[in-house]
Amino acid sequence: MAETTAGAEGLRSLPALLHHNATRFANSPAYREKEFGIWQSWTWAETEAEIEALALGLMKLGLAEGDFVAIIGRNRPYLYWAMVAVQMAGAVPVPLYQDAVAEEMAYVLGHCGARFVIAGDQEQVDKVIEVQDQLHQFEHMVYLDPRGLRKYDHSRLHPYSDVQAQGRAARDELMPEMTRRRDALDYDDTCIMLYTSGTTGRPKGVVLSNRNIIESARSSAEFDHLGRGEEVLAYLPMAWVGDFIFSVGQGYWAGFCINCPESPDTMLTDLREIGPSYFFAPPRIFETLLTTVMIRMEDAGRLKKRMFDYFMAHARKVGPAILDGKPVSGWDRFKYRIGSLLVYGPLKNTMGFSKIRVGYTAGEAIGPEIFDFYRSLGINLKQLYGQTEATVFITVQPDGEVRADTVGVPAPGVELRIDESGEVFYRSPGAFVEYYKNPESTADTKDPEGWVATGDAGFIEEDTGHLRIIDRAKDVGKMADGAMFAPKYVENKLKFYPNILEAVVFGAGRDRCCAFINIDLSAVGSWAERNNIAYASYQELAGHPKVLDMIQGHVEEVNRSIAEDPMLSACQVHRFLVLHKELDADDGELTRTRKVRRKIIGEKFADLVEALYDGSDSVYTETEVTYEDGRKGKIRATLEIRDAATVSLQRRPMAAE
Amino acid sequence: MLDATEGYTTADGRKIGGVVMEMKNITLRFGGVTAIQDISFDIREGEIRAIIGPNGAGKSSMLNVISGFYVPQEGEVWFRGARRPQMRPYQVAQQGIARTFQNIALFEGMSVLDNVMTGRLTEMKASIWTQALWKGPAEREEVANREIAEKVIDFLEIQHIRKTPVSRLPYGLKKRVELARALASEPKLLLLDEPMAGMNVEEKEDMSRFILDVNDEFGTTIALIEHDMGVVMDLSDRVVVMDYGKKIGDGSPDEVRNNQAVIDAYLGVAHD
Repeated sequence: MAETTAGAEGLRSLPALLHHNATRFANSPAYREKEFGIWQSWTWAETEAEIEALALGLMKLGLAEGDFVAIIGRNRPYLYWAMVAVQMAGAVPVPLYQDAVAEEMAYVLGHCGARFVIAGDQEQVDKVIEVQDQLHQFEHMVYLDPRGLRKYDHSRLHPYSDVQAQGRAARDELMPEMTRRRDALDYDDTCIMLYTSGTTGRPKGVVLSNRNIIESARSSAEFDHLGRGEEVLAYLPMAWVGDFIFSVGQGYWAGFCINCPESPDTMLTDLREIGPSYFFAPPRIFETLLTTVMIRMEDAGRLKKRMFDYFMAHARKVGPAILDGKPVSGWDRFKYRIGSLLVYGPLKNTMGFSKIRVGYTAGEAIGPEIFDFYRSLGINLKQLYGQTEATVFITVQPDGEVRADTVGVPAPGVELRIDESGEVFYRSPGAFVEYYKNPESTADTKDPEGWVATGDAGFIEEDTGHLRIIDRAKDVGKMADGAMFAPKYVENKLKFYPNILEAVVFGAGRDRCCAFINIDLSAVGSWAERNNIAYASYQELAGHPKVLDMIQGHVEEVNRSIAEDPMLSACQVHRFLVLHKELDADDGELTRTRKVRRKIIGEKFADLVEALYDGSDSVYTETEVTYEDGRKGKIRATLEIRDAATVSLQRRPMAAE
Repeated sequence: MLDATEGYTTADGRKIGGVVMEMKNITLRFGGVTAIQDISFDIREGEIRAIIGPNGAGKSSMLNVISGFYVPQEGEVWFRGARRPQMRPYQVAQQGIARTFQNIALFEGMSVLDNVMTGRLTEMKASIWTQALWKGPAEREEVANREIAEKVIDFLEIQHIRKTPVSRLPYGLKKRVELARALASEPKLLLLDEPMAGMNVEEKEDMSRFILDVNDEFGTTIALIEHDMGVVMDLSDRVVVMDYGKKIGDGSPDEVRNNQAVIDAYLGVAHD
């Protein structure tokens, strides 16, 4: 496991690393994908042959150096190969979010002027065809899954396997040119361009060089001692920088195997079958897993439930300490071991975390309770803080220094600085080159000395050197009386409850905080079933008085917990309502990475915000929604607004007026 | 427009071949009740043929006649140019005809995969003894059949419930599993009895897409019964309309839509 491609110094592009791995690890698995119920695998040598064939085929179609090639689809080895094949042909891959609607795709394709698109299936092909008239530079599309595409006009459409076949046929003719292009790739050439989902405005194309990618992959792989024996499940959107670093960058650097799930719906089964040793997930995935476990425990027999509760309580007490190697009494250790046998082991196995050595969460702050749950089971879950512009890594938590409330110390090679307003700046080898065709934004974000603004507010703890992030710099505000307002802090606390999927807190410039809440249909639905509550729709369940009672209980618990932090106690939620629809990226309410767009939500539901603050008990509203196929419709609802008890600073319970 | 042997071309450019199955003057009675009265129509290679009609029109009885489950008192069923003798259901299946049922008829306690595999039973030739021995022919046969079953599972996107017992599935997915089982036998003619009954709009759209894809990818001839007029008109190439056991219309969706007898049957007619 310790063997890495440490001798890979001087390899300055992913195609070069690929060739290196194909020589050194020729017969080790590089990719696996479950298809037709069986894990199919490709060795490094086979992978190189596949990628070469595709690169030659694309060149045969006329791909030139410096072109941009958009890649859209779910995580499949073929699409990962496409990224490297594109680089091999001297062009730049631009992975796009597969759930992007056609207009979003049109903007990005037009902005980078992509001449080629490599699409996963009919759904993606249809979207590109829908907008192709707006795209002047678009020429050819290559598709992977031929299903449903037989009758399409094939003048600009090519099956992936045909492109590869043509590449193989033209090998003698084009190989010298391809070798030239591959060898010409320099450390400062563009490796990949990723569009940031952007909490505001149009997406920006972040240009990352080979240096950014390889340096980040190298130092992070060394930080966590990643070797070629790791197993990784690639299931996060390919357009996200994290996936590119974990599934491509580190994979190529350390030479480990990337496993692709059979379909998005089978991810949890596949996770369990693969049992990754190194796992990365945004907090949402950990939340979902925890919610699933909790729902199933609710349905379990009484003995199992009592066993689970008893040992989980013990794990919460001593688990994290045992993981960090801190002293724990012999009796507690013994009890923990029994717990491992009866509860933790089987539970980890069910979740697919039996073999996990290093797990990371990032993208958003994770609720401390969720974080501790996994740590207490003995899963080495750590936090890191990063962004696309930094090629992921800004800070990471070293083993043994893991805490829920910090994001760790600067990653190797990263310098940190906090400016007067509290915003975090960094400078690192991973810091991006520029925003494509957007010098103003580049200048706003990155100064001539290389310092990059994160847009997040935080501070460095004096004694430990750990960075703590409070919130987005522009979201941290002041309330009317000057108290600090950190909405995300409160939202995360609310979201820990399995019943709450999403929360949006308002309060900047106001005298008190109020919140919108989205219930989690699977958790609340299962609860409703157990309690004989009939409901016909999401909307009806969300408005049920008993559901409101339950949510009110959660909000009041959160208020008590917030009140314990004197700096943030003003952020207690005084009034709330449960939204009649799920917040959705298709309606622009969330980003594609499912972050809440507070401002847009505030504007869209202005009538509801108004009602929260004017003291009314209920409010009638109409909301426009976008269906999956792009049609629009309206939903109407009358929502009940509840008051939640808050705790005053003197720790005296006080009912809100 | 129709030629007995030549076939025709659909609006979206698919070539429809010659007659696969022909019903000639079928009459079916249950005691004194006449379920089907003197009905004739044909089903052509590669087409999606719908049978519609109000409740009690005799649609399901008609499908049961096609599948060989009911034997009509009068009339003849011609399949692939020959008159079909009376057959047992498994013999019909061996001829390449598969069906789904209006009220789902799956093995509830078995997993989705096992249910789909039952669709391959007519292809399993190994004797009980070779099965018991397992190694050799029986294993090879199982692997080959499993591959076909897995391709169907992939095609219908039900990988995530492969190992789930059917009894735990929601209604819409059960319908899809039933279609998977029918497809696993690689039928030439697929009979669907109300494939969309009881589904919500999204499930109906999914099912429509699968039906079209099956027809497109495998060239399977499909005969279906359906209540939802919108779905029928979108999906099918030709439609037979039945009312009180009689055929009252036959033709393309547009022709049928403008047929006065059909409008009367569906919307009612003023009696004086």
